[in-house]
Amino acid sequence: MAGQPSLGQGQGIVEYFAQQLINGVTLGSIYGLIAIGYTMVFGIIGMVNFAHGDLFMVSSFIALLVFLFVTTIVGITSLFITLTIVLLASMFLTSLINWVIEKSAYRPLRGSFRLAPLISAIGMSILLMNFIQVAQGARNKPLAPMLTDVIKIAGEGNFVVAISYKQIVIVAVTALLLAVFWYLVQRTPLGRAQRACEQDSRMAALLGINVDRTISITFVMGAALAAVAGTMYLVYYGVVNFADGFVPGVKAFTAAVLGGIGSLPGAVVGGLLIGLIETFWSAYFSIEYKDVAAFSILAVVLIFMPQGLLGKPEVEKV
Amino acid sequence: MQVPLWEHDTILSVERLTMRFGGLIAINELSFKAARGHITAVIGPNGAGKTTVFNCITGFYKPTEGRLVLYHGKPGSDLLTPLTDGATPDISDQQGRVFLLERLPDYLVAQKARVARTFQNIRLFSGMTVLENLLVAQHNHLMRASGWTLKGILGLKSYRQAEAAAIAKARQWLERIHLTARADDAAGALPYGDQRRLEIARAMCSDPQLLCLDEPAAGLNPKESGELNALLRGIRAEGLTSILLIEHDMSVVMEISDHVVVLDYGTKISDGTPDFVRNDPKVIAAYLGAEDEGEVKAIEAEVGV
Repeated sequence: MAGQPSLGQGQGIVEYFAQQLINGVTLGSIYGLIAIGYTMVFGIIGMVNFAHGDLFMVSSFIALLVFLFVTTIVGITSLFITLTIVLLASMFLTSLINWVIEKSAYRPLRGSFRLAPLISAIGMSILLMNFIQVAQGARNKPLAPMLTDVIKIAGEGNFVVAISYKQIVIVAVTALLLAVFWYLVQRTPLGRAQRACEQDSRMAALLGINVDRTISITFVMGAALAAVAGTMYLVYYGVVNFADGFVPGVKAFTAAVLGGIGSLPGAVVGGLLIGLIETFWSAYFSIEYKDVAAFSILAVVLIFMPQGLLGKPEVEKV
Repeated sequence: MQVPLWEHDTILSVERLTMRFGGLIAINELSFKAARGHITAVIGPNGAGKTTVFNCITGFYKPTEGRLVLYHGKPGSDLLTPLTDGATPDISDQQGRVFLLERLPDYLVAQKARVARTFQNIRLFSGMTVLENLLVAQHNHLMRASGWTLKGILGLKSYRQAEAAAIAKARQWLERIHLTARADDAAGALPYGDQRRLEIARAMCSDPQLLCLDEPAAGLNPKESGELNALLRGIRAEGLTSILLIEHDMSVVMEISDHVVVLDYGTKISDGTPDFVRNDPKVIAAYLGAEDEGEVKAIEAEVGV
């Protein structure tokens, strides 16, 4: 985490808190972006896409490779242009991969028993992870630090609240894409078709909606957002590893369940919450137990709110 | 006797339709025709195979055998043989287009052949608003207008106009079914009778050539049933959509239909005008459960026909 000051004698408590808030929101944005992919796929076909976390990792690698290609071979020096190209390329290629995965590994199993696509998804997860391990090696892949400047917001001396350019970019890009995405789902015919398929795909088909294609597009959209998260993750941490999909993937899934699986705002809220819980637990208690804390809170929330925070209760059929 | 309309201005021709589920024969060599502009009722005792016929027509089941021909306009009758021998689902000439419904997947039956349907148990998108339910039915038109979403996101003028037109059409239907005030409520929150009419309005928003209604009057009180009859008569009067309906409520069937087809155990036992069917001894026997002709005579004498 950037700019973590040591605690003085009662000094800078507010600043320390504010700093953790900034860090938590940044991390939470990344979780939220991944969580949307889980929640949308679950909403439309009732399947937990276990490969989604690994797809996020793959997108990070794509971003890394495109970044290196653009900066060293093409020789573009403007960071803004480079990052835009990297983001778009990663979104496009990751979407393409997920489109192929859906078509080849999940769609043929759609009429099969419920666990079949789930198992297929676990297979895809292992496939992606191992492919990257073989193709890119098992070691961490670093990227030169970028956007390292910070803006001081408050405080003096040792207790500064600082927000780095990286964090601003991450939160701003996340917010912008969420807005576009929200508009797409709520206000366009495509989004309406997705919501209709989510509720009753057979009825949607009888109104002329191509359900298979709508499901494909849902996978593509989830992948595009995962790619945004993957690119941001790379920019934030500057390093990526073939196994990096698992933990963020599980946390994003947790975020989707916490927010109420199937609910889009729920995924974002859940992501932010998991990010904040993790950051604050690390800051005030112990960094070793941050994941225990996040998952314990999940368990407690689900005991009292089985539908998650913003999930819709099952509609009773009268 | 004059040739009935369904013989020469046909919209749907069901030909030797057979549907088997394992050893069970749900429909056996069923043939009938429905006329353009008519309200055609398919009736029969429970388990006679009525809903199965609907499921075949709308692409949910692939028939075991038989042909389901749908006509848009009045294409030449010589088109049917090459269509059947070929592999394409439809063929057209100057006068119109012929579809073989059994060759189309469910979404194309709705999209291309323009057949819409409702269900016995209401299947609205209950979590979406009343207005949105009517917009989903106009999906394909809007999707094209939105340039497959790109223009929709950018909010271009051509898309905004198409959307405004779709909303205007939806509002017209809301007016007709007296639900204008509830446009922005969740569809699932409406009373039962309103949901029935909304479901029909939704199907109509997809501009169907043929509208299949599965027991639209089920569970309605007499007032709601009357409103339904008025709605269906209104659709018939416009003459743009032909209606095929399954119904148990005989008052609805006899009052609004032009043509009645009676099924029992998956075969057709009677076919004709409501008056003809009402007086057909075989229909009476099927409904009252008589075993043979003698019993039928006795029952007829009893009920006075």
